[in-house]
Formats: sequence, structure tokens, C-alpha cells
Amino acid sequence: MQSLSLLAEVTGSLGSIGYGLAAIGPGIGIGLIFGNGVQAIARQPEAYGVIRQNMILGFALTEALALIGFVAPFVFGK
Amino acid sequence: MGVSSLVAAGAVRLSDESNCHLIPWGGGSDCGFPAPTADIFSFSPYSTLAIAGQEFNFTKPVVLAIIGSIFLIVFFLAVFRKPKLVPGRMQSVGEYGYTFIRDGVAREVIGKEGDKYVPFLFSLFFFVWMLNIWGIIPFAQFPVSSRIAWPVALAIVIWPLYMWLGMRHQGPVKYFTNMMFPPGLPKPIYLILAPIELVSNVLVRPVTLAIRLFANMFAGHLLLTIFAVATFYLISPSLIGILGSAASFVMSVILTAFEAFIQALQAFIFTLLAAVYISTSLHAEH
Repeated sequence: MQSLSLLAEVTGSLGSIGYGLAAIGPGIGIGLIFGNGVQAIARQPEAYGVIRQNMILGFALTEALALIGFVAPFVFGK
Repeated sequence: MGVSSLVAAGAVRLSDESNCHLIPWGGGSDCGFPAPTADIFSFSPYSTLAIAGQEFNFTKPVVLAIIGSIFLIVFFLAVFRKPKLVPGRMQSVGEYGYTFIRDGVAREVIGKEGDKYVPFLFSLFFFVWMLNIWGIIPFAQFPVSSRIAWPVALAIVIWPLYMWLGMRHQGPVKYFTNMMFPPGLPKPIYLILAPIELVSNVLVRPVTLAIRLFANMFAGHLLLTIFAVATFYLISPSLIGILGSAASFVMSVILTAFEAFIQALQAFIFTLLAAVYISTSLHAEH
């Protein structure tokens, strides 16, 4: 037993750490979506309707990952 | 029983908190920041209706949803009952909402045959918005859709609709093969792609649709509650107490405005995704 040395330990809510990790990917993704969306609107203002709709769609699909991560701490406890 | 004991525990906790401040004053003591938990989403029923051994509990979300539905029915009846050629003020508001869904969602996403689905999408949008907006209406201040049963029930309406439309417009077998085997890809790719597409279209879609709405409203309500509780927790008759409390209060007002935006956006996204699912069922993806 003594040979098992502990290098790092997480105490408290693991779910909160999990949410932090789960938010990284969608954070980058949402940044890309809106960045490129705004750029597209600037280049072609007449296509605003289509771009905005697809932008929000992509945002919603990406955000789902972060939100599932948000629910996990509540589902799996502290 | 489980829920009512939770509420009881929550009620006890809330009454204990009543004199809990960061800087103790007036006989109170600092008992740590009383962070709101998931308990704030459980309510004890106002009344219980028993039909054939099945109990129906009228809790706050149910009552709010019923009031909201009645308001929507009365409002749109008043607006559209006797339409005039030159619309009055109320009719203009109603027509703006209608054209927003028809042109911005139905025609934009589904295309020409989208007009058939406008009544469904219109009702969906305003119902979801009503459920969400209860979160910022003073004295109610509880987003009904932060109880997961409501988004799940709406997803259960949308799921059979787009499955059935897909089977009817593309054929019962062709619908699934079109879904799983989009043309123009190298053969081995389908080994991985087909199961992913099947799971994502049949299972993941309704689940994420419900969770997206639920989690947004849940997170928003929790956020508002944290700053409201913090306003009370930080207050004390001293400069730092007043400043901290005021900052927290201003933050809760700003977040309420932000929530108003999120609520409308989530209602729109919910409707938009329903329209996208209907659209992919009507025409095979290519």
C-alpha cells in the first residue's frame, strides 16, 4: 500500500472540473462560428438572412456539448 | 414523497439562511455563502388532483404553464379573430410574429412547402417563449422549461412528426438508407458513418433538443438566483457591504436582461431545429 504514491488529487466536485473541461471545445467552436459568420456577413451583407440562420444553427449544435457537460455534475452528484 | 421531503429540507435551509451575512450584523452570524442548489427547482404542490389512482400535482411550473397557455390563446384570438385589411396596433404585432416565423423559419429552412408547417412552428415558438419568459416576469420568476419534463414533452411531439414525415415522403426503408448512406463517399467510410448517422438522427436529435432548452433555462435561473442570494448575503451597514451588495444587485439586473435575450433565442433555436428536422425528412440529404 505504501508504494502507491499520490501524484495529484482532486477533492470536492469532480463534476465542476468536468464541466470546465467540457466547455473548452464548444468555446472554441462557438468562437469560430461567430467569427467566420461575422466575416461572411461583412463580405456579403446581402446574404445576411441565410448566414445568420446557419450561424445560429451551428451555434445551437455546438453549444449542446457544453450544456450536456453542464448537466452532468447535477446528474452524477458531487 | 421524495420531492416533498426535498422541499421541506430546502424550506428549512432557507429559513436558517435568513440572517446569514458575510459581515455579521443584527444578531446574525456568517454561516458561509448559501449557494443555491438544484433544490430551488422543486416545489410542493398547491393542490393535488387524484384521477383513477393517478395523482396530478399542481405545482408552480404547472400553474404558470396553464396561465401562459391561456394568455397566448386569448391574445392570439383577440389579435386574429377579426382581421382587418389595414391592421391595428395589436394585429400588427401578431402579424409581425407570424411573418417572422413564416419567412424567417418555415420558408427559409423548409422552402416552398414550408407554409404547411407554419401553424405548428408558430405555436411551438410562442409556447416555448412563454414557458421561458416566466423566468423574468416579476413575482413568478421561474422558467417553466427549466423542469426537464416540458422540453422532453415537446421533443416527444417533434420526434414522431419528423420520423413519420420522413417515412411518408421518402419511403419507410428509403428514409433510413438515405439517412445512413449519403452518396458520393468512399465505400469503407460507410462502415463508420452509417451507424453514427443513424444514432445521431434517431436518438441524439430529440435528446439534445430537449437538453439544450432545459439546460439553458436551468443555468440561467441558477445564475440569477446566485446573484440574488449574493445581494442579500453581502449586505451590511458598512461601506464595503453596501458596495458589494449593490454590485451584485446591478449584476442580477444585467443578467435578467441577458436572460430575456437568451429566452427568446432559445425559443427561436428550438423552432429552427424543429424546422430543420422536418426539412431533412421531406428531402433526402445530398
